[in-house]
Amino acid sequence: MTSAPADSSTGRLRGRPLSLRLSLWARFDGWGALVLPLLVVLVLVFGLPLAVMLSRSLTDPSFGLQNYSDVFANSVYLRVLGNTFLIATIVTAVTLALAYPYAYLMTLVGPVWRMIMMGLVLVPFWTSILVRSFALVLFLRDTGAFNSALQSLGVIDEPIPLIRTLPGVVFGMVQVALPFAVLPIFATMQGIDRRLLQAAESLGDRPAGAFWRVFVPLSVPGVAAAVLLTFVQALGYYITPALLGGPKNTMIGELIVQQVSTVLRFGFAAALATLLLVTTLLLLVVAGRFVDLQKHLMRQS
Amino acid sequence: MTKILTRAGLAILAALIGVYLILPVLIVVPMSFSDSSFLTFPPGELSLRWFRNLVEDPVWIGSALASLKVALLSAVSSVVLGVLASLALVRGRMPFRNTIIAILLAPLIVPYVIIGLASYIVFLQLGLTQTTLGFVLVHTCLAVPYVVINVVAGLVSVDRRVEMAAMSLGAGPVTTFFQVTLPLILPSVLSGGLFAFFISWDEVVTAIFLSGPELTTLPVQMWSGIRVQIDPTVAAISTIVMLVIFGSFIVLGLTRLIRQLAHRRSATNSSATNTGA
Amino acid sequence: MTADLETPAAKTSTGAPISIGAVSKKYGDNTVLESVDLDVRAGEFLTLLGASGSGKSTLLNIVAGFTRPTSGTVQVDGRDITSLPPHKRGFGMVFQHYALFPHMSVADNVAFPLKRQKVAKPEIRRRVAEALELVELGDLGGRRPSELSGGQQQRVALARAIVFRPRVLLMDEPLGALDKLLREQLQLEIRRLHQEMGITFVFVTHDQDEALTMSDRIALLRDGRIVQLGTPEQLYAEPNCRYTAEFVGASNIFTGAVRGTSFADEVNGRSYRITGDADQSGKSLMIRPERLGIASADAPVPDTAEHVEAVVEDCIYLGSSRTVQLRTPAGQLLVARTDVPRDPDEVVPGARVKAFWDVRDACVLD
Repeated sequence: MTSAPADSSTGRLRGRPLSLRLSLWARFDGWGALVLPLLVVLVLVFGLPLAVMLSRSLTDPSFGLQNYSDVFANSVYLRVLGNTFLIATIVTAVTLALAYPYAYLMTLVGPVWRMIMMGLVLVPFWTSILVRSFALVLFLRDTGAFNSALQSLGVIDEPIPLIRTLPGVVFGMVQVALPFAVLPIFATMQGIDRRLLQAAESLGDRPAGAFWRVFVPLSVPGVAAAVLLTFVQALGYYITPALLGGPKNTMIGELIVQQVSTVLRFGFAAALATLLLVTTLLLLVVAGRFVDLQKHLMRQS
Repeated sequence: MTKILTRAGLAILAALIGVYLILPVLIVVPMSFSDSSFLTFPPGELSLRWFRNLVEDPVWIGSALASLKVALLSAVSSVVLGVLASLALVRGRMPFRNTIIAILLAPLIVPYVIIGLASYIVFLQLGLTQTTLGFVLVHTCLAVPYVVINVVAGLVSVDRRVEMAAMSLGAGPVTTFFQVTLPLILPSVLSGGLFAFFISWDEVVTAIFLSGPELTTLPVQMWSGIRVQIDPTVAAISTIVMLVIFGSFIVLGLTRLIRQLAHRRSATNSSATNTGA
Repeated sequence: MTADLETPAAKTSTGAPISIGAVSKKYGDNTVLESVDLDVRAGEFLTLLGASGSGKSTLLNIVAGFTRPTSGTVQVDGRDITSLPPHKRGFGMVFQHYALFPHMSVADNVAFPLKRQKVAKPEIRRRVAEALELVELGDLGGRRPSELSGGQQQRVALARAIVFRPRVLLMDEPLGALDKLLREQLQLEIRRLHQEMGITFVFVTHDQDEALTMSDRIALLRDGRIVQLGTPEQLYAEPNCRYTAEFVGASNIFTGAVRGTSFADEVNGRSYRITGDADQSGKSLMIRPERLGIASADAPVPDTAEHVEAVVEDCIYLGSSRTVQLRTPAGQLLVARTDVPRDPDEVVPGARVKAFWDVRDACVLD
């Protein structure tokens, strides 16, 4: 029965309004107070600018919701918003379709192969997003490796335009999102007891049936986390869609940067950013009820 | 029978996915050794001219040094703030613990475009754009959650009784931390610091907002190198960066392996001469 | 372990007396310690004995300074140290899982407290060597803790806790992680250490054999209170209540009521004479196994003895003594411990016997 050095036995504090502020500080003990420097920095450097950005969206160029109504009134901007959601959905679906079998195979193979497969998944984390997108541009463009290879194999005569198209953007974004999806799915799958499948088979289910009726439902928590994380992240991508996409595939990230750098519409950009932020937070809060996010976020690093 | 087919199918699919995952590496590295300035793939003749360009061009060197400075400072500040916060989370009491944890992890969730824009708006007023301080402040916020997650994991595995023993032997809380706790969590602290360094070094989105003629980091320089005119020097930089990152991980892994082997060898030595109690 | 301390001058510290005054510890609604008063005499070996949850470790942590009492004081040598942080108390402490610093060598571990006291380097070397000699680990200074066995690690922990000559040594179930043989060996060594050093030892354990072996006095704790404080002999032969009798040593207990000068055994339906000074409200009559004699069913028992009929169930031989399990007609299990007779006697499984005891050997308890 050992206890912390800073253990104190104040128990419940009766909240008298006069000493409320004092009692708040008293609930930090010596060790707990060490979090304050970081907290202060985060609030000032991270939190405050977000608040300022929000207020800017409501005050620049004029007071009120002008910027927001501009977004929804203009078909160009609406199309960007629609694109963003559409692309994020497609990317999430494709990523899931690839991540699930990859993760499943990881649970089936021996430890050496598993390590190799995991290593491949981790490689993208250690190459910067710029490098990756850049490489994919080289790969996918008309004179790039993909088209050259197909042409030399005689499969096609003319290069297939892949840069500045939807397939190109999806190709690039899935490449980025895949590791983030494989990890939570694999983690959940690892926790599934093989004997449950054996039990199902012993009760008369075919192996394929056991897979669909037992394994897949048990893997849903990991899949849900992966879907949520992938979708939410995909909404906010900037570099990859900017490099690989064309004017028809503009996503909200690129629109924000463009509004700031070319036409200097800070307030409008702030409104767009606020919309993105609110959507992100809403999705996380709502879906976060069903998914243990903290656990999966922690595992990612 | 179907099992074998499905397994084979899975294996092929996984192999393709594996290639897909490392595709950028497979492309960029050979590219950087190409002699042509047109970024063809497969590359034509091989040469080191883009590496030479990197070293000789003051623009590239300038941005590389700027990135280095920012990354080092960000790593240090992330580690200091992160270790303090980790100690508080694991050892201390605080009100609104869940809210505080949410704030500490928030940078992981918010898209970098938003962080970049918000920082830009505020830093513009404060004159912090294009300054090392501005970069370090933002990058610290981005990196700190990773440091905290790593260090908390390390701290939790430290036996409290070792610290209690140190105190019973006369070491105050600060001495105990530096003499006993820190050596035990050093791997977590170092890997957190390494994370923070690379996050800052590679970070491009917020850097785009904060960069300008007076201060540009390497990723931003590369960004214009891709956007404006495709400069193969970018390929060379990418290769070097990848080598550095992989290299440091191999070094980390090797040192851990060596330490484990050394322990095992001395353990078998001592058990041979062990006479029991 | 026959190494002596170098010079008389080396044994410069004497034990400190510890005074625990009305110490309570509550966690919310859960009371772990209830107004405990305890005076530890200077230089004695005191054991805090109890089952898990009895509060013994909490009390030790309060003395050490790692836990703040909800109320009450701790005084050492007359000084109130209740609010003094642990690193200023100067008590040596030994933990169940050794708590050695894994990143330091054995010698650096032992030198740690001396460095905190800013002792000169040559002096540190000398005293570390001396401490390691004392625990018979003289040539293992360069090793890492992970390279040592459990018993060796515990000795290093001991050396580290005494090298700075504390006046009090606190030990929290230090032998719990060791196997039986090692435990018994170290018990004797710790006792010897105590006798050589002469400082106050406060020892926590749940093992009553350990407590009986090593202590000058034992404080038996139950649910946060001290049930009995006394020497091992007192706790064994003169338990003040049924709990103590059952916790410390094996016991035979008849349940019933006191009626004047006799005890009515409600289970076995018999009545036994008892000594005159018995507590009239007592409900238990306790006899230690070695005070229970066995005679054949038709043999007479002495005038000063009482008896109950029983059937021998099992005889377990432990070398020079034997433990006999008997069952009364009412079904109660009794345990007797006797010498092994030179010639085989009537005590065999199935035999009908009388279990008897001298009236003065039976204790009336609650």
